[in-house]
Amino acid sequence: MIPAPFDYVAPTTLEEALTALSEHGDVAKIIAGGQSLLPVLRMRLNAPEWVIDLGRIETLRGVRDDGDALVIGAMTPHSVVAADPLVAEHAALLARATATVADEQVRHRGTFGGALAHADPAGDLGAPARALGAQLVIAGPGGTRTVEADDFFRGLFETAITEDEILTEVRIPKHPGWGAHYEKFVRVAHQWPIVAVGASVKVEGGTIAGAAVGLTNMGSTPLRARAVEAALVGQAATEEACRAAAEKAVEGAEPPSDLNGDADYRRHLVTVLTRRALLAAIADAGA
Amino acid sequence: MTATEARPDRSPEFGGNEIGRDRRRKEDARLITGRTRWTDNITLPGMLHLAMVRSPFAHARITGVETAAAKDSVGVVAVLTGADFDESLGVCINAWPITPDQKAPTHPPVATDRISFAGEIVAVVAARSAAEARDAADLVEVEYDELPAVVDLEEAVKDEVLAHPDLGTNKSALWVFDSAQAGTGGNVDEAIAAARDGGIVLERTYRQQRLIPAFMEPRSVVVDPTGEQITVWSATQIPHILRFALAATTGVPESKIRVIAPDVGGGFGGKLQQTPEEMLAFAVARRLGKPVKFTETRSESLMSAHHGRDQIQKLTLAATKDGRVTGLKVELTANLGAYVALVGGGVPVLGAFMFNAIYKFPAYQFNCQTVLTNTTWTDAYRGAGRPEATYAIERLMDELAAEVGVDPLEVRERNWITHEEFPFTTVAGLEYDSGNYEAATARAKEMFRYDELRAEQQARRASGDPVQLGIGVSTFTEMCGLAPSRVLGSLDYGAGGWEHAEIRMLPTGKVEVVTGASAHGQGHETAFSQIVADRLGVPFEDVEILHGDTMVAAKGLDTYGSRSLVVGGEAVVRAADKVLEKARPIAAHLLEASVDDLEFKDGRFGVRGTDQGIGLTEVAAAAFAAHNLPDGVEANLDSEATYDPVNFNFPHGTHLCAVEVDTETGETRMRKYVACDDIGVIINPLIVSGQVHGGLVQGIAQALWEEAVYDDTGTLVTGSFVDYLLPTAADTISFDIDHTTSPATTNSLGTKGVGEAGTIASTPAVVNAVVDALRPYGVHDVRMPCTPERVWRAIREGGAGGDTTGAAAPHFDASTGMEGTVDRTDGSSPEGGDQ
Amino acid sequence: MTRINVTVDGMKVADDVEPRMLLVHYLRERLGKTGTVVGCDTSNCGACTVHLDGQSVKSCNVLAVQADGHEVTTVEGLAQDGHLHRVQEAFRECHGLQCGFCTPGMIMASVDLLGRNPHPSEEEIREGLEGNLCRCTGYHNIVRAVQFASGHLAAAVTAGGGATEEVAQA
Repeated sequence: MIPAPFDYVAPTTLEEALTALSEHGDVAKIIAGGQSLLPVLRMRLNAPEWVIDLGRIETLRGVRDDGDALVIGAMTPHSVVAADPLVAEHAALLARATATVADEQVRHRGTFGGALAHADPAGDLGAPARALGAQLVIAGPGGTRTVEADDFFRGLFETAITEDEILTEVRIPKHPGWGAHYEKFVRVAHQWPIVAVGASVKVEGGTIAGAAVGLTNMGSTPLRARAVEAALVGQAATEEACRAAAEKAVEGAEPPSDLNGDADYRRHLVTVLTRRALLAAIADAGA
Repeated sequence: MTATEARPDRSPEFGGNEIGRDRRRKEDARLITGRTRWTDNITLPGMLHLAMVRSPFAHARITGVETAAAKDSVGVVAVLTGADFDESLGVCINAWPITPDQKAPTHPPVATDRISFAGEIVAVVAARSAAEARDAADLVEVEYDELPAVVDLEEAVKDEVLAHPDLGTNKSALWVFDSAQAGTGGNVDEAIAAARDGGIVLERTYRQQRLIPAFMEPRSVVVDPTGEQITVWSATQIPHILRFALAATTGVPESKIRVIAPDVGGGFGGKLQQTPEEMLAFAVARRLGKPVKFTETRSESLMSAHHGRDQIQKLTLAATKDGRVTGLKVELTANLGAYVALVGGGVPVLGAFMFNAIYKFPAYQFNCQTVLTNTTWTDAYRGAGRPEATYAIERLMDELAAEVGVDPLEVRERNWITHEEFPFTTVAGLEYDSGNYEAATARAKEMFRYDELRAEQQARRASGDPVQLGIGVSTFTEMCGLAPSRVLGSLDYGAGGWEHAEIRMLPTGKVEVVTGASAHGQGHETAFSQIVADRLGVPFEDVEILHGDTMVAAKGLDTYGSRSLVVGGEAVVRAADKVLEKARPIAAHLLEASVDDLEFKDGRFGVRGTDQGIGLTEVAAAAFAAHNLPDGVEANLDSEATYDPVNFNFPHGTHLCAVEVDTETGETRMRKYVACDDIGVIINPLIVSGQVHGGLVQGIAQALWEEAVYDDTGTLVTGSFVDYLLPTAADTISFDIDHTTSPATTNSLGTKGVGEAGTIASTPAVVNAVVDALRPYGVHDVRMPCTPERVWRAIREGGAGGDTTGAAAPHFDASTGMEGTVDRTDGSSPEGGDQ
Repeated sequence: MTRINVTVDGMKVADDVEPRMLLVHYLRERLGKTGTVVGCDTSNCGACTVHLDGQSVKSCNVLAVQADGHEVTTVEGLAQDGHLHRVQEAFRECHGLQCGFCTPGMIMASVDLLGRNPHPSEEEIREGLEGNLCRCTGYHNIVRAVQFASGHLAAAVTAGGGATEEVAQA
């Protein structure tokens, strides 16, 4: 199918983009990679008057080292994030999760920032972003502001970005030496996860010194499983500890019921997947 | 071992070495380079594009349609509603009224006053571009008065809410076969009563979920009314039947209609239909005098192209204590959807003859109640009736084995027809011509390493492994090669089952073969070339297969029911034989020899006992020149033949499947799949391997992934590929296939159909494997598709895993909440991009 | 209308397009590149896969205006100097297609996959093609075709010949 007609602008600087947004924000959609927007437009579930394309703003792309953090441009494609050596070293969980997003073709076009801003609770990147304590840098008419990942996701497809703002980059605190695993549960490969668990752990002398766990599709936003993290830190890195901690993954979760699983099944599934993700992350830390 | 390595037995009648050879396909050169002619590729001068306005409601009265804004939209030529058409629009027909008193609502291509399913067409827009047509369609305002919809099959049987209130009932037809009445067996109720006293009676209810054929090429139709004939290009399996239906219902003479099926991207039964979209395109083109094109979107396809399966199977099996079946009673409820489609209620009836499968049952009864609901109409989907029957009996045989306490293969062996017993007349009244179930099973077990896997299963059970191993068996047979016309007549089907072929010997030595079969991926151009090359002794490369155009292939009954080779191929053989018969007197004349002294071998007529001879192509050239022909002989060798099969065709095979079931998550992973099929003589093992692999995955997909789900109001929840789950390469495995060969005795090639075999066989093999893995947990059934959740529930709660929730996650429904847009979320993010 | 300049299968083209026009529709309707097809609305099926600056993308999920200044390769641009691309050859050799509708996308995805990973395992091939649906082949012979093509890449010699299975086992 064909989208309804719209006008199109492809600014080459952030300033131009913000100006376009201030002019048309109430009737505009921003297109980043467009891998979720274009199906929406094609099925005419939405019909903006303007589409503002961020694809020509070079400054929004790329991964850079910024001391204690990595900075990933919002328009960096998934295929770049997944293959970036800095991400692999300092935010392995993000690299693993990004490699599972959709399929290769979509990963070539889709972007890190676009996925976070779309805020599909079944998207693969929100949970790692929360688990790793990401900070989201948002530009608006009055300058930029930084929002913690915990405060960024407000609800189903709803974020802290306002109508006249643009997500420009994401700061990820470095997690060097942390093992990581993204355990994604699907029925067929091209599906959004029914539930997924991202786990990253730091193991020191057989003891879990740090844990970061995020849950995908266990509520209206990506979740951070703080109860699981708290139960782990200081424990020996054993299956028993993981099993016990994983039971806490359901705390605070309000999973949906849909044709891929009712809420009670997802509550069960998340405990199994959390345990497996933790064990795999521990193994990865040792490797 | 694979098909490509096998050199199956060759029909002894043939010379040549083409049959049995793994020829690469002639079709592929254009398909791999993008040099294809899909219907949607066709563009004609002045062509207009159509867009459909469809009802979002499953059952509603149309109280008003406002088209002014749409008519005023840029590029729009016409906006037409039901009221704008007269009877020349035609109707969608049901070609198989299964009983004389079958209730069938009239099926107009566009609704006039009442909507019967969500997706039904209310209006059609013609505009200069597809985009403008869609823009205008969105401006058509339809007022609906919503009526109660009946969606659930079990609810529909109660007749409390009616899909078509005027009919007074949802029950369309009750079709019964009883072996005692037919004289083919005993009384099933007596057999069941007897088994209740000291024998075994299994009572089971299985649900055949609704499936969507989901051919990869969306349906498309182009109609050109300029010129003397109205030309229709359609992505259809049935150009000939479509032409007949257009003529029969619109009043346009059949001779004024030419239907072309160009390259067609898959069908699987889903394009075995006379569709509302084709009828509307035909009518609008005639009305406007301009070529029109309609190509559906995937969403439209999933919601409005016919669906398949959707039955409730209530089964009662009687057996002796040692597992010898004494009777089978089948009570089916089959969902027709909103209308009785082209084949419609005939689909479950095709299964009536297959519940007894490869077994010797003394008594059998089949009852099928077809039911109307406010859902998308159903019709043929790969296997059509036979997968459902095979599923039921193969699941039951596993249940019987569990009850008796023997291996599932053992209980089958106690009941199957042995190879010495062919030909064998079954309790359903069919005569199976050939088969060897023992041989196929022995080979399959060997390939599978059956005993080793059983040992591993025992070890895993003993150790309490959270990942259990299950082994599933399916010893299937099917009836295909549709169909003997007399049999179809006795079943009240509206047409025959013959096929037609014509062979033209061109003066340059090339051979044109015209077939009434209409390929859409099967490889007819290659396989039929091989047959003709052997039969006439001409090079494979010199044979051209023409099909899919009623002006070129004037006679034909098209492609479905695994009929093209066994019926259409036989017609080709007979036409080739007639070519030789016509050539023989000319050759004798040219050689100055007696006809009786000629022998034909490797493309040459030779005079016995001499080295004199003349090639067939030389005879063809001589016939063309006509300078020196015997008196009374016509100046060509061209011949045609119509072949009406004398019987159905009965492929069979043994399929073995091993799955690993994660009892913690409920996830099923396939580990190994072995298929040893007996499809008689194989023309092209490479093409056969493709048919088997593809068929397997469609059957496996029914077992594990696919399900068309409606919500309570009749909205199709699985309305896109996001939610209707087709497997990918990453979800499937490589298969081990092989063949045993019992040549069919009812066609001269010795071939049997293969198009549907994999799909028919594999579904029960997979579910049997899942259930087998879980028997230690007290599980004896998992409803299809065996989703992780259902498996988990079956382990935890007993039962078969429960219903599917009729709701989908809204991945693509995010909107900014702007006015005039669909907004089912509270989302207010202005960021659109994702992933 | 927006002016775009694109190189498609080696040909430079310039056109005015509506911003809403999808790349796949631009290829099919404006350039006659009907080898690339549309199979769905949701970017699941991958039938429309082309290369954009050498990377596989779903051309139903890219606007034509987004391709401005970029290079597009379709299945029609794969063959060079009258010689089929080795992946095209492999699909025919291994019977990796039946109806052929998914084939252009499947071939373009396979070429991209082998470009990133010249010697993929069966599992890597299967996962690498997760963005492309086929309803005919059951994927078995598609996987063989990619294995066959990767064998060609490794050996960089002999064309044709050889049963599919021999390669699969190699």
